[in-house]
Amino acid sequence: MLLLILKRIGLGLITLFIVSLITFVGVEVLPGDACTTYLEREAYGAALDACIKRLGLDVPAYERYLDWASNVVRGDFGYSLSGEMPINEVLGPRVKNSLVLASVSILIGIPLAIVLGIITALWRDKLPDIMISTITIFSMTIPEFISATLLILIVAIWLGWLPGIVIIPSDATFYELLSNIILPVVAISMIMTAHMARMVRSSVIQVMASDYVQMAILKGVPYWKMVFRHVLPNALLPAINVVALTIAWLLGGVVVTEVVFNYPGLGRLVIESISNRDLPVVQALAIILASIYVGINLIADLMTLMLNPRLKSLQIRK
Amino acid sequence: MESNLITEDKQKNKLEKAFEILKTMASKPSGLIGLTIVLFHVILALISPYIVPYDYKAISPNTMLLAPSAEHWFGTDSLGRDVFTRTILGGRTALTVTFFGSLIALLWGGLLGIFCGLVGGKIDDVVMRVVDAFLSIPWILAMLLIVSLLGTSTEVLIPALGFFYGKGIVRVARAATHDVIAKDFIVSARARGHSNMSIIWNEIIPNVRDAILVEGAMRWSWMLLGFSSLSFLGFGVSPPTPDWGLMISNARGLMSFAYWSVIAPIVGLSSLIIGINLTADAFAKALGIDRSTKAPV
Repeated sequence: MLLLILKRIGLGLITLFIVSLITFVGVEVLPGDACTTYLEREAYGAALDACIKRLGLDVPAYERYLDWASNVVRGDFGYSLSGEMPINEVLGPRVKNSLVLASVSILIGIPLAIVLGIITALWRDKLPDIMISTITIFSMTIPEFISATLLILIVAIWLGWLPGIVIIPSDATFYELLSNIILPVVAISMIMTAHMARMVRSSVIQVMASDYVQMAILKGVPYWKMVFRHVLPNALLPAINVVALTIAWLLGGVVVTEVVFNYPGLGRLVIESISNRDLPVVQALAIILASIYVGINLIADLMTLMLNPRLKSLQIRK
Repeated sequence: MESNLITEDKQKNKLEKAFEILKTMASKPSGLIGLTIVLFHVILALISPYIVPYDYKAISPNTMLLAPSAEHWFGTDSLGRDVFTRTILGGRTALTVTFFGSLIALLWGGLLGIFCGLVGGKIDDVVMRVVDAFLSIPWILAMLLIVSLLGTSTEVLIPALGFFYGKGIVRVARAATHDVIAKDFIVSARARGHSNMSIIWNEIIPNVRDAILVEGAMRWSWMLLGFSSLSFLGFGVSPPTPDWGLMISNARGLMSFAYWSVIAPIVGLSSLIIGINLTADAFAKALGIDRSTKAPV
């Protein structure tokens, strides 16, 4: 068991290492270095020299990679070009804001998804399932920026209930954030819930068709007892991994949603730093977002390992 | 003569099989709706340049932000351009880019996946690690980086989209290959002394084709989503081109009083994505592949 966990962690670290190589090589191979892309037309003479000196572009690429990587491991991402300040200071408030947005969405989304998934599975092909499934299919297929735009149009403009865009600075307090966050949270959790509810649904349906559930039915176990005791634990377990993948996949969607609502999080920083051609920040963001992805998947793997009774008994037998 | 007959027979069988699959797909309401929507969009994309009432890039200050009327069915946008014209031409842009993008994704993803599944060992390990690493970079960041450094022409967008959406297909193709690789007919092909190329072409591809095609159909809708998101963020096709994502992002600021110019592209894009999704689902079911438990990676 411990070996298995260590192996998973090791694989995650290897993935991160490759990601760092890819982003570094990518920025290196694509035309123009960080200084010429950032300074654009002013990339000559003293300004260019100063920039090259400051970023240390005059040393060979592999030395720079080693340097950069060892700093990243120590938690130092270097210097932002456009902000003229350490990237850590740029990132700090943004990470916090995005965390608030993501955790509120997840806290609403996961329980809702489980409930909806169970309802649709137990009443499969009946009215509740058809209604909920239609809505989930719609909200998971329509792009984030469309559902977000429609939310603004309907809730903020036509009904006038909530402000349409978030106008708070990136260092806003927690309370300020919460009062501005409702529409973005609805937009994100809508899609997330839809994806997860679909997976919970098919997982529950699969378990309901299994032999041991049929056995329980034949033994005369009361319906709800059977659902909670036999079906759900077995159905939700495989769903954990899929849920993790969904959350990670939604990182891209969060970028778009943050832009639509003008929310000062990591996602908007992605767009800003790319528009400003601030390549050191882009590199830092790639590593951070990839770590989140790897981290979520790792946690999901470990949870499945720990919750899976079969693996436990395997351990005892060994 | 005889061999000719056999191939003819085979071809007829193939056509019949395709027709059969289409019939199964259309037998359920969701599949029928999906097929109809996709067909409608494809036909519209093919004929749109010949039926549009106005020039899509004709700017005119006299017709700015007109409400829908008999002359301008969907109204006009902030530059006085006809929204109806731009909306139906937008479908052409979206379908062209994503169709060729999906084709590239299917080709490289499918072939690499089959190759890895067949060869196995060290090469397979390394390739899958790299694919995993690419999967863990959010697609939007990678796409934005490529597009911002190489430009937003379709010659850049199509291969870039094809590359990024192909890495998921690698996994599916590899898993499907693993499923067939241990079967007797592969072993006997090996025993007959067939080369790897011949085994891939004659034995593996016919057996993994369905799984890869289903995955490709699903990728198509995700690619459309990704492409329009890029356009929406201002990193897709460049401005005068009629494109749904771009239209929505331009019209968004004025939607408090000119909602028509944002609704029309929204309806176009949403209906096409839903249509492709329903079609892909029906396609998967018709081929007997259940993909409802898969994660959207």
